[in-house]
Amino acid sequence: MATPTMLLLLADGRFPAGAHAHSAGLEAAVAAGRVRDLATLGEYLRGRLATAGLVAAAFAAASCRAASGSPGPSAVDGHRPAELTHLGVARRAALARLDAELDARTASPAQRTVSRRQGRALRRAGREIWPQATFDDLPATSDGPHQPLVLGLVGVAAGLEPGQVATVAAYATVTGSASAAVRLLGLDPYQVQALLVRLAGDCDAVAARAARAAEQPPERLPAAAAPLADIHAEAHVTWEVRLFAS
Amino acid sequence: MRATARLVARADRHGRTTLAELRGESPLLLRQVPASDGGVTVYVVGGAAGPLAGDDLRLEIEVDQGARVRVHTVAASIALPGRPGAVSRMLVRASVSEQAVLHWLPEQLVAAAGCAHVADAQVDVAAGGTLHWRDELICGRHGEQPGDVEINTWVDLAGRPLLRQSLAVGPNAPGWAGPAVLAGAPATGSLLVVDPTRPPEPPAVWPTHARLPLAGGPATLWSATAPDAHTLRRYLEPDTRTAELLGVRPESGRGDCADG
Repeated sequence: MATPTMLLLLADGRFPAGAHAHSAGLEAAVAAGRVRDLATLGEYLRGRLATAGLVAAAFAAASCRAASGSPGPSAVDGHRPAELTHLGVARRAALARLDAELDARTASPAQRTVSRRQGRALRRAGREIWPQATFDDLPATSDGPHQPLVLGLVGVAAGLEPGQVATVAAYATVTGSASAAVRLLGLDPYQVQALLVRLAGDCDAVAARAARAAEQPPERLPAAAAPLADIHAEAHVTWEVRLFAS
Repeated sequence: MRATARLVARADRHGRTTLAELRGESPLLLRQVPASDGGVTVYVVGGAAGPLAGDDLRLEIEVDQGARVRVHTVAASIALPGRPGAVSRMLVRASVSEQAVLHWLPEQLVAAAGCAHVADAQVDVAAGGTLHWRDELICGRHGEQPGDVEINTWVDLAGRPLLRQSLAVGPNAPGWAGPAVLAGAPATGSLLVVDPTRPPEPPAVWPTHARLPLAGGPATLWSATAPDAHTLRRYLEPDTRTAELLGVRPESGRGDCADG
């Protein structure tokens, strides 16, 4: 059973997976003049939470379920019953399917690259911290596994439930951009923290919705899109000088 | 109102497309118009204003091997409110076989104040099939805040997930008009081009639209926000798009290099 401390450790921005290097599109939104102050930051975070936050949380929870529990029916198609006794086969198939489904929800190549780069960094930390965990079940893609899938596996290693993993993902969606906003716009950190406190209920609601959605077949997981998220990510990756990696 | 329409296209032995089935019912009527290229062009003729909340409309499209079909609508659809709590639904299911071509290029969907509309599209494209799929959404009529609209698109290519996208606007979609999603743009849309004969194009970005090569196959998504329907169409026009944009430089040289 997970302890609350384990949840706090995973959600902590100081967890060594490089999250502090990312603004999740905020740097590009600031440069485009779309986020200028506390009010526009609040709207930005609400939109992120309802789109990228929901998708990331649902995939993290689904990955956690796939890695910890019994595989869903879609994962076992095409395998002989004898193979099913080998749970690892089904688990690998389920994670590969989630990887392809998340790719289909990430139209921007720049966003795919960032998600896989962050997935690599988190996997590195996860392997060091939980050497017995089964990160090898993730699909062997050359550019790394998607971050939410790794987060699900880290959650299993840490003894967390899918719902708790979804909370970590939703929380990271808002806190990452919020702390980037303090640096990019010189906002008052107290005011930004007050904004996060106001968003806490929304964050919990998104995590709960994501955890429920994670029980659906992979093709039915949330796919909430945001046209400007794709545009911001593609613009940002072309810059020669930038403060954040995304 | 409930209505179902169905279109099945086959290629004859001369390679000409024929309609094996073409039937609909008000407000979802299908009309074939002459096409010059051996393919078939069909218009969806709205038999009534709407969709109105409470309507349940289904359209099935089957394009068999070698057949070529273009589908348009005669006018924009305007999602309107109906009785309280009711939702209007439009489901399009399409399958595109090997060597088949489907162009789904309807006019805009306009989200009127107070509407509650869900548009679902489920498209299966076989390996070697070609698809152009455009969605355009106008958030409110002139000077109006839109009701709730959700556009869900699932596209599989060769049995694998290619595109899953849900766009939600309106009072029930937090932050939809904010800087993370549309930044107040009243028009948004996308054009998906699945074309095995087209060389893969690198990503490119302009201030409010982008060309995004997808991970799951020879496919590109054009995604845009715009101040009006006319500008949006210019960003999402499959035939004239390249020519029109030729004079416009991307925000950087990324469009000219193969950096993925």
